[in-house]
Amino acid sequence: MNTLPQQLANGLLLGSMYGLIAIGYTMVYGIVQLINFAHGEIFMTGAFGAFTVYFYILPDGVSMAVAVPLMLIGGGIVAVLIAVGAERFAYRPLRGAPRLAPLITAIGLSLALQEVVRNFYPGADRAIAFPGLDATHEIGSVTIKDADIFLIVAAIICMSSLAFFVRKSRTGRAMQATAQDPDTAQLMGIDTNRIIVIAFAIGGFFAAVAALAYGLKYGNIDYRMGFLMGLKAFTAAVLGGIGNIYGAMLGGLVLGVAETLASAYIDGIPGMDKLGGQSWANVWAFALLIIVLLVRPQGLLGERVADRA
Amino acid sequence: MIVRRSMVILTSVMATGALTLTACGSRDDKGGNSDSGGGTTLTIGVDAPLSGENSTTGLGIQYGAQIAVDDANKNKLVPGVTFKLKAFDDKAQPATGQSNATAITGDKTAVGAVGPLNSGVAQSMQQVFASANMVEISPSNTNPALTQGKDWQTAKKRPYKTYFRTATTDELQGSFAADYAYNGLKKKKVFVVDDKQTYGAGLAKIFNEQFKKLGGTVVGTDHVNTGDKDFGSLVTKVKSSGADLLYYGGQYDESSLITKQLKDGGVKIPLFGGDGMFASTYIETAGAASEGDLATAVGVPADTLPAAKTFIETYKSKGYKGDYGAYGAYSYDATTAIIKAVKAAVDANDGKVPTDINALRSSVVDNVQKSDFEGISGKVSFDQYGDTTNKQLTVYQVTKGAWKAVKTGTAS
Repeated sequence: MNTLPQQLANGLLLGSMYGLIAIGYTMVYGIVQLINFAHGEIFMTGAFGAFTVYFYILPDGVSMAVAVPLMLIGGGIVAVLIAVGAERFAYRPLRGAPRLAPLITAIGLSLALQEVVRNFYPGADRAIAFPGLDATHEIGSVTIKDADIFLIVAAIICMSSLAFFVRKSRTGRAMQATAQDPDTAQLMGIDTNRIIVIAFAIGGFFAAVAALAYGLKYGNIDYRMGFLMGLKAFTAAVLGGIGNIYGAMLGGLVLGVAETLASAYIDGIPGMDKLGGQSWANVWAFALLIIVLLVRPQGLLGERVADRA
Repeated sequence: MIVRRSMVILTSVMATGALTLTACGSRDDKGGNSDSGGGTTLTIGVDAPLSGENSTTGLGIQYGAQIAVDDANKNKLVPGVTFKLKAFDDKAQPATGQSNATAITGDKTAVGAVGPLNSGVAQSMQQVFASANMVEISPSNTNPALTQGKDWQTAKKRPYKTYFRTATTDELQGSFAADYAYNGLKKKKVFVVDDKQTYGAGLAKIFNEQFKKLGGTVVGTDHVNTGDKDFGSLVTKVKSSGADLLYYGGQYDESSLITKQLKDGGVKIPLFGGDGMFASTYIETAGAASEGDLATAVGVPADTLPAAKTFIETYKSKGYKGDYGAYGAYSYDATTAIIKAVKAAVDANDGKVPTDINALRSSVVDNVQKSDFEGISGKVSFDQYGDTTNKQLTVYQVTKGAWKAVKTGTAS
């Protein structure tokens, strides 16, 4: 059986999820040069928001076709509110402070969000079963689930609307201007605070989309799910060229595919059987990151100064 | 630009470091308390993962010990002594377990400890208890090296005389599982996966060797990391290997995700694991995908033991969290063994509690070694390595959304 098409599909799916989360890192970095390490936790709260809608608000036995859009709205509202709240109350007071101050705030915020969910969300001290979209489809030799289709479609829609928004809309162009030079942009009449809030909100919403896809695909969520996913998405953003939204998506896909292929095939290479398999996937993914950064320190798509939003 | 780039690198290094460190932070102990009714109060420590990963079974250990302590106090098992249970959360982290062990041994009223859940955590705790000459009884550690030394396959040598367990070893469990897979389930091609931890890797290795010895084929092996969520690549490998059974050495946190993704990926073969995944959480998390999966667990099913009936009723009526099914009864018996050893120490000292805590601890170790009583999980006594002499094992299968015993036997 030729497993390559299936493994590529596995990698692209994982990569789309990384990419969606990576958008949040890269947009915020592009505009305020802040690595928002609480972004993984914003992703996590998005999943809990979606779960809350499903479990506490919707009636039992509701069809998933109705539930999924409402869960997306619920998760989106929670994630966007937390992202914007974090910007307003944690980061904005520190604007202009040395770079390390907001960074440490981000780490603190990340821990705080985890602990709040763990302590106050009912049953969150362990994994919570999330409703899945488990119906499977065979396309050639590739098996995919409904949740995978949701993820792919959502990723494509999100990315193309974002690209359109940044290029064509007035606010999008204001964003590019702020990214290039915040002071001059302000002098030209752009409300940079508003632009920053929008960047956080878009990042939060994309994280919520990824979180919903995560829940539907893996069938469970927990308060620590944001840590590793956040770290991987940050890696994807750096790999693609931090600050560049296309880079974030590309970086995510490259990282996902690299991880999956490394896990699938490296232990089949003669002499490499001890260095392959699932447990080495992360090692190979980070090795790839190091190699890319050695050759292209600005990441795959670089940081095109003129178009950095 | 240079500044920004180095900033990215600096921040990533720092943040990765900082976030990793937070995984080792300690939290306040949430101790179970009981009122002291005059006389001497002695403390028994219990250490298990009480939050996060593995906490369902960990809480079962904590409350199993709690019930044993409450029973002993109520029945005045040791006249003039009130026992107090102090619970420590190790979060399944060896380093946290070690600092908990230090805290327990530092308590001048502590006479012994029950726990931990994980073999890997036990490794880091054994030395601490040995130095303090304090008894430690695990209700659930199954790695053979803990009692029989790292060369247990060739030359058995007990590393610590203060360490005991009421659970049987993976040597017996892995072989028992391999035997059931080959002869009972008639599976011939197995894919073996483990989580690289002391417990999981040890169990998978023993299963692997025994399955091949019986005449079966191991069509593939892989290792996962604890905390992994996406097993798509593994599922594809299992699918193309043509395996008719997946054996997993590890805990339910990963195995419940693996079985779900396996079946979603169109691989309709059962997953077979050890006692680390024998928990109701496994079924809750994996849902319908867990149907038909199997797990071995030490001892006989708790609800078939007549002596455990009162224990289960108490556990349920108190509304304790967690799952008593896997180790609750073993934790009860481990705690009772410590309490009975204290009684023997007091009896040997003319009915008075020895005032020197070190003398008391040392006497308790000797008396635990001599334990011989009917516990709620069966006979409680220990061999020269500190292993239980009760070598019964049971295979459970998920049937209609619940673990059901399918075969009980004594390992040879």
